[in-house]
Amino acid sequence: MTTVVEGTARLTNEVGLHARPAVKLMQLAKSLPSAVELSVDGRSEWIDAKSIVKVMKLKASKGEVLRFRVTGSNAEADLAELVGLVTREFDE
Amino acid sequence: MSDGGETRLTGTVASPGLARGVLFPLRESRPVYHSRGPEADRAALAAAIEQAAAALTELMSATESDEAAGMLAFQVAMLEDEVLTGPAYAAIEGGQPADRAWADAFEDLIEDFAGSDDPAFAARSADLVDLRDRVLDALCGRGGGLERVPERAILVADDLTPSRFLEVDWNRAAGIALASGSRASHVAILARGRGVPMLVGLGGGAVAAPEGASAWLDAEGGLLVVNPTPATEARYAARDEARAASRLVVERFRVRPARTASGAPVTVYVNLDDPDRFPDLDPAWCDGVGLARSEFLFERPDGRLPDEDQQYEAYARLVRWAQGRPVTIRTLDAGGDKPIPGLTGEHERNPFLGLRGLRLSLARPEVFAVQVRALLRTAALGEVKVMLPMVTTPAEVERARAIFAEELAALERAGTRAAMPALGMMVEVPAAAIAVDRFDVDFYSIGTNDLIQYVCAAGRDNDAVAALYDPTHPAVLHCLRLVAAHGAATGREVSLCGDMASDPAHVATLLDCGITALSVTPAAIGAVKQAVAAVG
Repeated sequence: MTTVVEGTARLTNEVGLHARPAVKLMQLAKSLPSAVELSVDGRSEWIDAKSIVKVMKLKASKGEVLRFRVTGSNAEADLAELVGLVTREFDE
Repeated sequence: MSDGGETRLTGTVASPGLARGVLFPLRESRPVYHSRGPEADRAALAAAIEQAAAALTELMSATESDEAAGMLAFQVAMLEDEVLTGPAYAAIEGGQPADRAWADAFEDLIEDFAGSDDPAFAARSADLVDLRDRVLDALCGRGGGLERVPERAILVADDLTPSRFLEVDWNRAAGIALASGSRASHVAILARGRGVPMLVGLGGGAVAAPEGASAWLDAEGGLLVVNPTPATEARYAARDEARAASRLVVERFRVRPARTASGAPVTVYVNLDDPDRFPDLDPAWCDGVGLARSEFLFERPDGRLPDEDQQYEAYARLVRWAQGRPVTIRTLDAGGDKPIPGLTGEHERNPFLGLRGLRLSLARPEVFAVQVRALLRTAALGEVKVMLPMVTTPAEVERARAIFAEELAALERAGTRAAMPALGMMVEVPAAAIAVDRFDVDFYSIGTNDLIQYVCAAGRDNDAVAALYDPTHPAVLHCLRLVAAHGAATGREVSLCGDMASDPAHVATLLDCGITALSVTPAAIGAVKQAVAAVG
């Protein structure tokens, strides 16, 4: 059954969401069966997290909160993976 | 640029070193693309993208730099993104030639990033230009041109992209000379990591330089000398030889404690900001860190000031590196030739005589307090000494001391581990040197770079008065003697941490002035110890 879940994670890594962190997030999103939308809390529209161009264009800096909207049959688990990557500071 | 005659171009050192080589200007011309209709163009663009992605992937697997790998991974991901490639293919279907279609697809994106307030994102626009051009090169059948880099080439260009830097075989090429460019650029970081000498800001004359002309790239003094005269050639060759010789000396002498021929011990500290940048430096070669310039923490690509935890982490890394030896950290010495956006004044007419060093810290107590707390916490980890730059009056020291005391009390109330470090001052303002006995501090460290320019009234960045900037001027040495004598009389350490300390030629003079502690650059430890051993 398809469900829609939302969750947030604060960017705590030094460089924010660009260069390698952005690539890692996009790659993870792309690997998930769910649809993954992303926004910066309070200041952006939803974008497709599977596009590096769109992820980069968010220009999310350290300290900002990322909001995920995940749609799919495994949405809860997929959301947890996305939030985990951000809180682990992209394993850098 | 004249034919045959020696030409000197001044620039900024982005990566230090000294190299003799031949100029190799990178010409920015690309063959014209000839469209052959939508179907052929579509295939040509696809092939060019694939070729570019393959080249980037290969570079990525060859690089050992995290910085470079991150940038390359981003570029590859961009090439794979249909959000970028889709509109280009659509434009080709609509009749656009492939080169125009590809360039147009980047236009808004590049502009969007270039206009970003966050410097880290603004810097991405250069990566996008780099990526756009790589595909255009492939499309037009233009090789990078770097595979035919001659032996000892000094690459000359207006600017250089990181990916082109990575294509060059740096065992063959000698250095980089850029007409514009920046110390803070990606490519400068890569050059420093790889030990490739690099100058930036040489001006348009650099690009006009004739291909194949012989040149010295002096990325110590910030000079590109084209067609050197025999006298210049000889001087540089001697310096180069001395560098090679000192490398051998370094290996022999650096491991031993410094003693004069008569057996008097001399303390040799190292000037070290970030131990990670000197992975081969063994703390056992020195008696501790004599100068850690905290401003390196403030020069951040994102333009933000470091917070307390970031500073604490960086200082703690120095203490851990020193393995029980003392670590002297200088509080922020911004201003003068080291502006920090958002902190130092923008419009000072004479910044060297302006709001810099401790003056700036006392004027911006909210910024200073953050650093003070980080230093107090670090002092709980080992022997930390804090040095105040640009001190002019005893009252400034007392104000700084009061801030340290207040912040320590606050940290203790909060139950945070902290301790009061030894508090010393940098002696670099002539007023402080002449009246040194009025300053009640735990130690003195003479900063000769500024002291010399203030005593001689000759800017160290001004070639026109370089001859007047004389470390051995009797007035300079008089100042050194005054400070050394006061230190000896009151039992307080006097060290010297300017460039003068790292120059073996000055060691005998400094010891004669009564200086018994030198703080030197990592590369100079061996040579300075050798010079100490030669003193009677």
